[in-house]
Parts: sequence; structure tokens; C-alpha cells
Amino acid sequence: MSADAHPRLADQLKGGLGAPICLTWELTYGCNLSCIHCLSSSGRRDPRELSTAEAMAVFDELHDLQVFYVNIGGGEPTIRADFYELVDYSVSRGVGVKFSTNGTTISPERARRLAGSDHVDVQVSLDGADAATNDAVRGAGSYAAARRAMDHLAAAGFGAFKISVVFTRANAGQLDELEALAAGYGAELRLTRLRPSGRGARSWAALHPTRDQQIALYHWLRDRPAVLTGDSFFHLSALGESLPGLNLCGAGRVVCLVDPVGDVYACPFVVHPRFRAGSVRDPGGFTRIWRRSGLFVELRQPSSAGACAVCGSYDACQGGCMAAKFFTGLPLDGPDPECVEGHGEAMLASLPAGPVPSPGAGHSAPVSFGGRRR
Amino acid sequence: MRGLLIDFDPQARYRLDGRVALRPEPFGALAYHYGDRRLTFLRSALLAEVVRDLGSHPSVDAALEAVVPEAQRPAYRHALEALARSGLIREC
Ligand code: SF4
Ligand code: SF4
Repeated sequence: MSADAHPRLADQLKGGLGAPICLTWELTYGCNLSCIHCLSSSGRRDPRELSTAEAMAVFDELHDLQVFYVNIGGGEPTIRADFYELVDYSVSRGVGVKFSTNGTTISPERARRLAGSDHVDVQVSLDGADAATNDAVRGAGSYAAARRAMDHLAAAGFGAFKISVVFTRANAGQLDELEALAAGYGAELRLTRLRPSGRGARSWAALHPTRDQQIALYHWLRDRPAVLTGDSFFHLSALGESLPGLNLCGAGRVVCLVDPVGDVYACPFVVHPRFRAGSVRDPGGFTRIWRRSGLFVELRQPSSAGACAVCGSYDACQGGCMAAKFFTGLPLDGPDPECVEGHGEAMLASLPAGPVPSPGAGHSAPVSFGGRRR
Repeated sequence: MRGLLIDFDPQARYRLDGRVALRPEPFGALAYHYGDRRLTFLRSALLAEVVRDLGSHPSVDAALEAVVPEAQRPAYRHALEALARSGLIREC
């Protein structure tokens, strides 16, 4: 479409939309794994998690808002006994589903049933091209489990499922292998950014990619526009030509999170009281929050470039990721901690000693296989 | 790839693909294709209207004549051609 006569799309989107484009809904905090970078600090289920009926009422709202699809995650969403009932309900209401799973529960039979549905997309998490790299982050046996799920999906003729990889210092050298792995399955590779959110707050310093790795990633992605990124890496656009995507922080504008207990946050990576906009259980439900919550209205105001104003790359980079700044203690109008110009590191080094906002322990639980945990 | 061989014929009747949902937005509309899960930005309210009502006109040109000022029709025809190539609208 001829877009030239219009204001920049990104600028228009900053003012917010009638409904989110990228709505993540974490259905449970329960998980059989306990990845060291889990953005939602999942482990134990929460007794206050939304009931089946409450969840269906939210799907009804999403239908009325004309939300096209939801990204369902967790925890491990498939451990909810009503998971597939909710997926079917969502699809019946015209809301497509893309769900993330660690793969453990994707049996051959389940894979066949998934392959039969047009409106359901599956994303299997994998954080390394081999078991050693992956399992160091996601836990023993998790690589084999994810590969089994992929085998089953491919055998069932699911088509192009997604392999979702968090880009880290440890797997940065494996991009070509991961690409080949995805190609072998007829799957799509999706790379996302590690943020210091949830348990990632503690593992970030050791796991986040180095500057050289980020630069290599930028060029690798520039050469491969088909690799999905969920717009994760727009801070790298400061290196030159923009990466494909909207290139803006969508929090509260095009992005939001519904957590397992129904709390709504500006983005899945900012589960913290500062970015909690309300609960779907409040009067007016999700719709009222999306349209009128004070937080979302605030996030849709034009933001100032702050400390980035002096940088010639601000238009491309927009100062990076709000979550990454917040949980490393940087000002929200400052540079991203992984600023490619090095300003983030410099500012981190000069921060006065003091507490940094903490995501807390969340629902983390000691790993207990064969225990009572469900 | 899809699209390369599609001839766009403004004299023919087109309609929104059945797997596409349109949602009005302040800048125009968002279109989502449930088949290939692609999102498209329709960046004017008028374009969104034309796309929505395309199927009720005997041809693309008739749909444009109905609501688009003459001077803008070439640009709109061009936009619709792009939408046809991406599978958002199709001949019927
Ligand atoms: S100074 Fe700010 S705008 Fe410039 S590259 Fe760094 S984070 Fe981006
Ligand atoms: S806070 Fe970070 S992860 Fe969340 S929408 Fe903004 S840029 Fe994306």
C-alpha cells in the first residue's frame, strides 16, 4: 500500500489500538520445568488461577474486541486439565491460538489432533542446538522432550510449527544449526531476546549476549527476513538499516499480558506492580483495562528520548526495551542495557548502589519430580 | 511463491478472502489472514471501506468509482493490486 502520505506507522501505533495485536495470555504458573531464565518465574500453580468459566468469559471479550489471535503460554499451559477445551473454545469464538509449550505433553495422538486444526499454531521452546546447551538453561531431559514433540508434530503433518529460541550467550554460535534444525522439520525458526525478567533477572548477567554476538545476530537476521523475532531485537536497528518489524516498544500499545490469575500487565516481560494495569476480574473486565487503565493511557503518551536524545540512532532504536531497562535499574528514558553504542553499559556502571526493581521469586518452586505438584 | 503469477484485473469482481478478518483502527484497519497468519495494515479508513465492500461491486473499478475521488483512484487501484497479490482479496 502506498503509505508515504501517512504519518509513520510506528507513531500512529504509539497512540494505541482498538485491541492488542500481540496479546499473551499465560494460563498457568504451573510447569514441570524450571528454566533459569523463565520470564514468569513459573513453577507452582496458583490457587487463584482463572477457572474455566472465567477464562471463557475473557475469550468472549476478546471475540467482541476482534482480537485476531492470542499467544498462550505459561508456565506450561498444556498441564491445565481444561487446556484443549479452552483452545477449542477460543477457536469457536473466532480467536486464533498460538501456544508455547516445552513439548513434554505433545504425544503422537495429540500431535495428530493439533494437525487437524487450522486456527491453532504451536511453538516449541528450545534454547540450544544440542542437549548440553539447551539443558543447561531448561533442565535435564528438556532437549530430548522438545525434540520428541517436534518429531511427533512433523510425523503428524502439522506443517510449519515454530521452534522458539531465546538468543543467549551460550547459543549465539549455533544459529546456523538451529536454522538447519528448523528446516529439517519444515518448521519456522523464531528467535527472541533474553530480558532480565522473572528468573531471568538472576541469570541475565551470565546469559545475555555479548556486544559482538549482538552485532553478528543483526547481520544474520538482516540476511534472513523469514526468521521470526516478534520484533524482539529492534534495539539492534541502531546498527544500520532497520530489521523488519514495527520497531517500537509495544507495551500497553499493541502488546499486553494476561497472567494466570487474571492480572493484566503492559507486556509479558514486566510482571511487576509498576506495570500492572488491573485484573480481568475487575468491573469492565479486560476491555475496560485496555481502553482506559491509567497505566495504558500513560504508556500511549508520546515518550521523551531522555538520555538517548543525543544519540543519532534514536529514531531506529527508540531507546530499546522498557523491561530490560526497568529490571536492570536504568531509567525508562535512558538507553537499553544492551545499547549497541555502549551507552547502556556505561550507565549501568555509573548507577549509584541501591536496590534495583525486582521481579521477586514469583511462583518458582524447587524442582520436584514425581512429587505432588500438579 | 504465491502471487507472482496472479493477474490483477480491475474489471473483475473481487472480494475479501473468507479467511480474513478486518478490524477498524484509528489509522484505517487491521486485516488478519487466518490462513497464513499475516497481519496487514490498511492505512486509511477509505481503503478499509473499499476492501470491506469490494464484493458488493461488479468490479474493482466500480468499487473505486463508488467512493474514491477520481484523482486518488490510481493509487487505490495500486493498493488493491498489492492486496490481491498477498492473497487478502481474491477474484470471485
Ligand atoms: S543511546 Fe539510546 S537510542 Fe542510541 S543506540 Fe543506545 S539505546 Fe539506542
Ligand atoms: S517492554 Fe520490552 S519486551 Fe515489552 S513490549 Fe516493550 S520492548 Fe517489547
